[in-house]
Amino acid sequence: MSVTQRPKEAYLNVFAYRMAPREEYFTRGHRACQGCGPALGLRHIMKAAGRDTIVVNATGCMEIISSPYPYTSWAVPWIHVAFENAAAVASGVDAAIEALQRKGKLPRKKINILVIAGDGGTADIGLQALSGMLARGHNVTYICYDNEAYMNTGVQSSSATPFGASTTTTPAGKVSFGAGYWKKNVAAIATAHNVPYVATACPSYPLDLIRKVKRSFELKGPAYIHLFAVCPTGWGSPPELTVRMGRLAVETGIFPLYEVEFGRYRLTIDFPQGLRPVEEYLKNQRRFRHLSPEIVQQIQERVTAEYQRLKTMEKVTQG
Amino acid sequence: MAKRTGIEVSIAIAEAARQADVDVVSAYPITPQTHIVEHLAQLVADGDLDANYITVESEHTAMSACVGASAAGARVFTSTSSQGLALMNEIVYLASSLRTPVVMALANRALSGPISIWNDHSDVMNERDTGWICIFANNGQEAYDLTLMAFRIGEDKRVMLPVMINFDGFILTHVIEPIYMFDDDEIADFIPPYEPVIYLDTDNPITMGPVGVPDIYTEAKKQQEVAIRESRSVIDEVFDEFAGRYGRRYRAVETYKAEDAEIVLLAQGSVIEAAEAAVDVLRDQGKKVGAVELRLWRPFPFDDLREVLCGTSIKQVVVLDRCISFGGPIGPVLSEVRSALYLEKDKPMVVGVVAGLGGRDIHLEEYIEMFRIGEECLRTGKDAGEEPELVKIVGLRE
Repeated sequence: MSVTQRPKEAYLNVFAYRMAPREEYFTRGHRACQGCGPALGLRHIMKAAGRDTIVVNATGCMEIISSPYPYTSWAVPWIHVAFENAAAVASGVDAAIEALQRKGKLPRKKINILVIAGDGGTADIGLQALSGMLARGHNVTYICYDNEAYMNTGVQSSSATPFGASTTTTPAGKVSFGAGYWKKNVAAIATAHNVPYVATACPSYPLDLIRKVKRSFELKGPAYIHLFAVCPTGWGSPPELTVRMGRLAVETGIFPLYEVEFGRYRLTIDFPQGLRPVEEYLKNQRRFRHLSPEIVQQIQERVTAEYQRLKTMEKVTQG
Repeated sequence: MAKRTGIEVSIAIAEAARQADVDVVSAYPITPQTHIVEHLAQLVADGDLDANYITVESEHTAMSACVGASAAGARVFTSTSSQGLALMNEIVYLASSLRTPVVMALANRALSGPISIWNDHSDVMNERDTGWICIFANNGQEAYDLTLMAFRIGEDKRVMLPVMINFDGFILTHVIEPIYMFDDDEIADFIPPYEPVIYLDTDNPITMGPVGVPDIYTEAKKQQEVAIRESRSVIDEVFDEFAGRYGRRYRAVETYKAEDAEIVLLAQGSVIEAAEAAVDVLRDQGKKVGAVELRLWRPFPFDDLREVLCGTSIKQVVVLDRCISFGGPIGPVLSEVRSALYLEKDKPMVVGVVAGLGGRDIHLEEYIEMFRIGEECLRTGKDAGEEPELVKIVGLRE
């Protein structure tokens, strides 16, 4: 079958593969689960970040799967210190490199400092360190790979867990429908710090992701990217559908892809023809299997309203 | 030449960090705070110190940023106290495990609760087993000298460990003392620029802080233990070089009139100078007493301590702890001293007392009372008296 005969989506994937830099700085051989969304995202992130990058990794899935001594998946300098402090460690790395270059102790060259942390390490335990880093204006890009729970420790809920999801600490039961709170919007919190660049991204849109990572490093100052990362193990979704699940999250408006550059909002992937119903996204996942039509309706209303709010922000800030 | 200057001890320590030309300072003003980091911030603001000062949002971040900066190849300094140290505890362990030679000035203060901003040693004792080199200063001059030496010790390629310089909160931090301050050029070649063994270098990528699977964790811990034990020879080298250059001699264990003493008081920090005053009073009464200072806390100076205490005139040691080991062996210093002497044949008896908690002053009469407790133990021949595990607090209101 020639390329032109493929369905549009497959064509895009082939296109993306060829467009991405060939170099691999997050290399194969790691221990991620089949269909791991974060690992897929990380591969693209590292292609975008490139050789002159220092990675600070919070404790979590990506740290565990990539560094069981004596093996490492990292072809760039990489440091892991603890769970809640990746933004703090990166602040130190940034301060050191800036001082050492200024004092002539290191050659002057652009070094990208990149934090990789999960949603637990970002939305919960690491939120203070992230806020400090953003407020102080460090030259760091902080990427949260959000798989919507503490997956590495056994699918416990985080504050990024979506409404209605069943986790091991918000299990659906006879009198419970799972997480009874709405997902914390860390991208909005980051935006409130008035940093140069905030974006959301998804590995199912690799070119969009790569462009955003590159943009974050082009701009001086802190940047925050919230990466939607499908977790087949924790979500109970088919591993072979990881890319599809990411697309559905975006196409239903569950996870809109946008960027905020110096306060200006822009939806980078939009659907003028309208969003798909959220049910199409929810139905493939074990964690949502118990949801009643009423709860699904609540989610739909919330998603529609949030998407509308983003569109308004885009209109207001671009105008 | 070094000039003797009246200077607040906190300022002198900040000046030591400036003279070491630190690259990054990362500190948080938790209560209780000292003037150390404020002065460093002013030095940076005035262009007198070419460093990046990170105004972190917590003590946990203060140490995290220190570790990150040190891993990136910078000379790093921080300072904290009590609750701040307790909050950074998790990363204190990581600084030594990752072999980042951070230097920390620790103004020793009590831990909450009840909340107290005053001096004792409960903060540092909580960090006893973190793998840091840990040294006590008993006056401002020592705090300044030891801060300078800390960079040499920790950053030595044979060591590569963080160093904690302890000096008593308020009693030292907030007083103005006459201190011999070095001219910058006089100290410059004592502390050459830091050359990291490995660092986060994009031309030579390394993986720092990987997962320690059961197959390797034990060996990693053993390496750390070997490293801190072997740091002892470097500590002595640096003490010797400092003495040779500048004339002030530091030892792992210091003594005062202990040569012919029968009873000695063993302590750490600023109380030593007051204890020496008590020794003088009792000596005038014809009593054979002395004082021993355990300056080096980690690595623990086993041999030095045995040399001073065993097979000598000393028959009774009174250990003064500034911290209680609740439900345990009175205090951590007592516990370690007893343990160090356990296998010795010709050893003195050891009794423990606690005093000076949460800023309670220890008066001359109370030091004399400590010697009296030692005398009583010696007279009755009962090691630590009738109730060896009972916490004996000198100066307690009952």
